[in-house]
Amino acid sequence: MKRFIVLLPLLAVVVLVQLLSTWTGTQFYLTQMTMAAYYSLLIIGLCVLMGYAGQISLGHAGFFAIGGYLSAALTTHNLVAFKGVAVVRLLEGCALLQAGKDLYGGELLVVTPWAAAILAVLVAAAVAVVIGIPVLKLKGHYLAMATLGFGIIIYRLALASAWLGEADGISGVPPFVLLPGLVVRGDSAGRVQNYYIAWGVLLVGLFLLLNLIGSRVGRALRSIHGSEEAADAMGVNCARFKLQTFVLSAVFAAIAGVLLTHFNGGIGPSEAGVMKSVRYVAIVAVGGMAHLWGALIMGVLLNFLSLRGVFGTYDDAVFGFILIVIMLFAPNGILSLLASRKKRKANPQKIAANQER
Amino acid sequence: MALLEIENLHRRFGGLHAVNDVSFAVQAGQIKAVIGPNGAGKTTLFNLVSGALVPSSGVVRFQGREIQGRRPFEIAARGMARTYQNIKMFTGMTALENVMVGCHLQGRAGFLASMLHAPWIWEEELEIRNKSMELLELLEIADYAHIEATSLAFGQQRAVELARALAMQPALLLLDEPAAGLNIYETAEVGRLISKIRDMGITVLLVEHDMSLVMDISDEIVVLCFGEKIAEDLPLAIQQNPDVIRIYLGE
Repeated sequence: MKRFIVLLPLLAVVVLVQLLSTWTGTQFYLTQMTMAAYYSLLIIGLCVLMGYAGQISLGHAGFFAIGGYLSAALTTHNLVAFKGVAVVRLLEGCALLQAGKDLYGGELLVVTPWAAAILAVLVAAAVAVVIGIPVLKLKGHYLAMATLGFGIIIYRLALASAWLGEADGISGVPPFVLLPGLVVRGDSAGRVQNYYIAWGVLLVGLFLLLNLIGSRVGRALRSIHGSEEAADAMGVNCARFKLQTFVLSAVFAAIAGVLLTHFNGGIGPSEAGVMKSVRYVAIVAVGGMAHLWGALIMGVLLNFLSLRGVFGTYDDAVFGFILIVIMLFAPNGILSLLASRKKRKANPQKIAANQER
Repeated sequence: MALLEIENLHRRFGGLHAVNDVSFAVQAGQIKAVIGPNGAGKTTLFNLVSGALVPSSGVVRFQGREIQGRRPFEIAARGMARTYQNIKMFTGMTALENVMVGCHLQGRAGFLASMLHAPWIWEEELEIRNKSMELLELLEIADYAHIEATSLAFGQQRAVELARALAMQPALLLLDEPAAGLNIYETAEVGRLISKIRDMGITVLLVEHDMSLVMDISDEIVVLCFGEKIAEDLPLAIQQNPDVIRIYLGE
């Protein structure tokens, strides 16, 4: 039960924000809060990979993009012309396709959002396995470089492929009916509902990850971070745990990509950009690496500010700057500064004694 | 059948023949020591046995099965635990958590079960926690259970490392210089502890420089010098072996 109780204050804040925004007539903030929640879903997944398993990834925007782009492409590209093809007929028979009308009243046949979403997440997971097996053998800078390379490949593929809309990206992505009456869409009528959908997904994701890090698997991941050699000698299959964590974080990123793309009604190549990956890493670092709550709070806060346009045209520069400052002055995250100040106040003699030793 | 059999083991690092045709066996229930001057290849031998290094040639047989070239986590799963000369604590984890990692192989919770916090995990976690606490009590460091292991004193860290290895419930325990950096009282304490471990039914193979400790507790001693086995005998015979005296005291 304790595991649910820790989430209650957050749930209360989520409800409070919605009530306040409705009461003060500033519901438009909820749109950015929704988007920030989806980005934060990616960020808490990355936090487990970086902070707990100790593996960096500068390519997570790539997994986000695989999720977003695949579900966008599959739910928008018209399959009417291929109606005679056996595969399309088979999909239709399995109720994986939905018919409709396009802008000009023509016949439209596309993959259903659920089928597209599941496929997109599975592809992201499969790519994570294929990339992860060789790349996770690398350490430190080399791992960073390799994942960066992966991110760049996905970005250039999105830019180069006509199927993915090249520089324009894909627009006109239909709403995603999760359950009857529960629809991921971006219009103002669905604002409050979508705010709760996004935060619901984020809370579930946080709950799962909090369970994970407090368990046998979490201990194994931290032991790999602490001393891979000793973890190996304790019987921890380091390569497998690292790969599983990499795939898990890729799945979180892909789910975020799918849902945000349906919410926004489209996706563009900037979502796959390297600067996005750098931003995610910066936010995890600000939150304190091995600190899920820190990653969550900073993920929501910084993404919200960025989406509100507070950083203006300097958006990417600000995140680069944040990364440098954090690495220099608070390598354990912003929250660690508060914690160490509190500790110093609480017991100055002990701290002094520790420093003398 | 011996618990551990090493046959014609070789390991070269470029031109250096760090372990050169070493063969010996460790019987179940023994305390066996490997001694030798610095650079004799003792730690390399340990790394070959535990899987941290792959032999250039030769056979390592553990509980009747060949294990040379296997990964350390596979060898650990077959019942071999080890400690390190320069202690390898898991940084950022408490003493108790360090020991709980030692119970890794006794748990079964994977990613999915852990994330969903399946009810059967609760029992498993509680069992692992209680067992780890008992081991900390056995080694008289239970008071430090919730302190970050790397901030403990050196001797306490050694005890945590030992508890962590015992948590694996090994058939064979490799101890790499368990008394390094300890004073004579602590060393005597470690000696008693190793005997106690053997009485628990765990076979011990140790590398050690402290001769009084080695002579006190070992059933048999292997002497290495420049990668080669010079002698293998009972402690008293080793003390009188002219070759051993020569390499330790000079001509």
